[in-house]
Amino acid sequence: MGSLDGKVVIVTGSAKGMGAAEARDAANQGAQVIVTDILDELGEEIATEINATYRTLDVTSEKNWEILVSSVVEEYGRIDGVVNNAGIYSSQGIFNSSVESFQRIIEVNQLGTYLGMAAIAPIMANQKSGSIVNISSVAGMRGQVNIAYMASKWAIRGMTKSVAKTLASSGVRCNSVHPGAVNTDILFSLEEETLNHLISSVPMGRSGEPSEVAKVVTFLLSDAASYISGAEIVVDGGMIA
Amino acid sequence: MGKLDGKTIIITGGAKGQGAAEVRLATNLGAKVVVTDVLDDEGIQLAEETGNVYRSLDVTSPEQWSDVVNSAVSEFGRIDGLVNNAGIFDHGGILDGSVEQFKKIIEVNQVGTFLGMSAVAPSMVSQKSGSIVNISSIAGMRGFGAIAYGASKWAVRGMTKAAAKELGSSNIRVNSIHPGAIETDMLFDLGDANVNRLVSNVPMQRSGTPEEVGTTVMFLLSDEASYISGAEIVVDGGLIA
Repeated sequence: MGSLDGKVVIVTGSAKGMGAAEARDAANQGAQVIVTDILDELGEEIATEINATYRTLDVTSEKNWEILVSSVVEEYGRIDGVVNNAGIYSSQGIFNSSVESFQRIIEVNQLGTYLGMAAIAPIMANQKSGSIVNISSVAGMRGQVNIAYMASKWAIRGMTKSVAKTLASSGVRCNSVHPGAVNTDILFSLEEETLNHLISSVPMGRSGEPSEVAKVVTFLLSDAASYISGAEIVVDGGMIA
Repeated sequence: MGKLDGKTIIITGGAKGQGAAEVRLATNLGAKVVVTDVLDDEGIQLAEETGNVYRSLDVTSPEQWSDVVNSAVSEFGRIDGLVNNAGIFDHGGILDGSVEQFKKIIEVNQVGTFLGMSAVAPSMVSQKSGSIVNISSIAGMRGFGAIAYGASKWAVRGMTKAAAKELGSSNIRVNSIHPGAIETDMLFDLGDANVNRLVSNVPMQRSGTPEEVGTTVMFLLSDEASYISGAEIVVDGGLIA
């Protein structure tokens, strides 16, 4: 018996990295997973591997979300979990951020998460159950110089609480996960010196594996987290403690 | 001797309400204020009344920010303070909000604040001094139903820390203020029933005046706050304590 048996769970940005790990872990725990991404080939592969469905989803498109949600409800009758995992990174600070690049980060990370919640909320409220997990970051808990990325991750943290408040009486929970240095393309894209400096600030002395974040997401999706809403779970090996 | 003697301060959304209170207080403390807003008539009137200059400024426009900064530097030779006070409200929650409104709120409150900080930073860096005060909200500290507004105010809180980190070595301080129920049009527009409900939850059992936020802004602009950066000051009569 898996902790997510019978639950229908959508994971965004799950063709690779952290999202793929989340999709895998949820499937291992018995969930019916809908793998979504814009990387269709990779996404199909993951879906086949874990016996899930794949749907193409650009999280910045209201229309895409509408189509996805309708098709999931039509096929499975319900939506029990959503993991707003899709996100892009930028290391740009206040001096080298163009307004366009600022807006792009906000669009994918912040608007994308908002659109996901807006699309799913009515369905979960109707069901009187559901769990939304938003992937923020340690950058959403403290000050870092990469201002656009930070702004989007703080916004996600805040929106999580807003939705938790609004949907609580409908039995729907909403929480944010704040990963630190995790072995994904985003981490590997950092310059070596920056990366080394980052890892050296981790009390555990290492970066984390995507599966270590996935297990926390699965926990929040499951009934074991039944009294947890509007909360933040930092997964960073002690880095920002 | 006023504690802002000789300082040049730009204030956005300064034509009325909280912004106008900030303009008056800063003037009384000896500052030269650049009053900015999109409400040109009221703005010009206030500028004349207080012996200051007025500049039309839509905070969502990088070009207009550039013009305001250039004219401030050419007229006064320096920029000592920026108060990112301009902001708009929408009560839309996750179930009843619109994407258009979400984007509009983010544009004015979040992008506008980012553009302001980006615009003044180079001048402040070359001066090796400056104080930026970003007006967030109690909605940037907690989860309230108004999701777009909350997202933008959490983002302002986070960006404040990003800028504090990046600009600290140039002796520039960046802080956020989180007003609660303050007697401005934004509060009155909520309607009597909502206002009464909100105020009944305030330990001090009353709303605050724009001046009570303004004096806190003045403190952060002044040298009295010389070791305060990346900080949050909540001005809410104990509402979210």
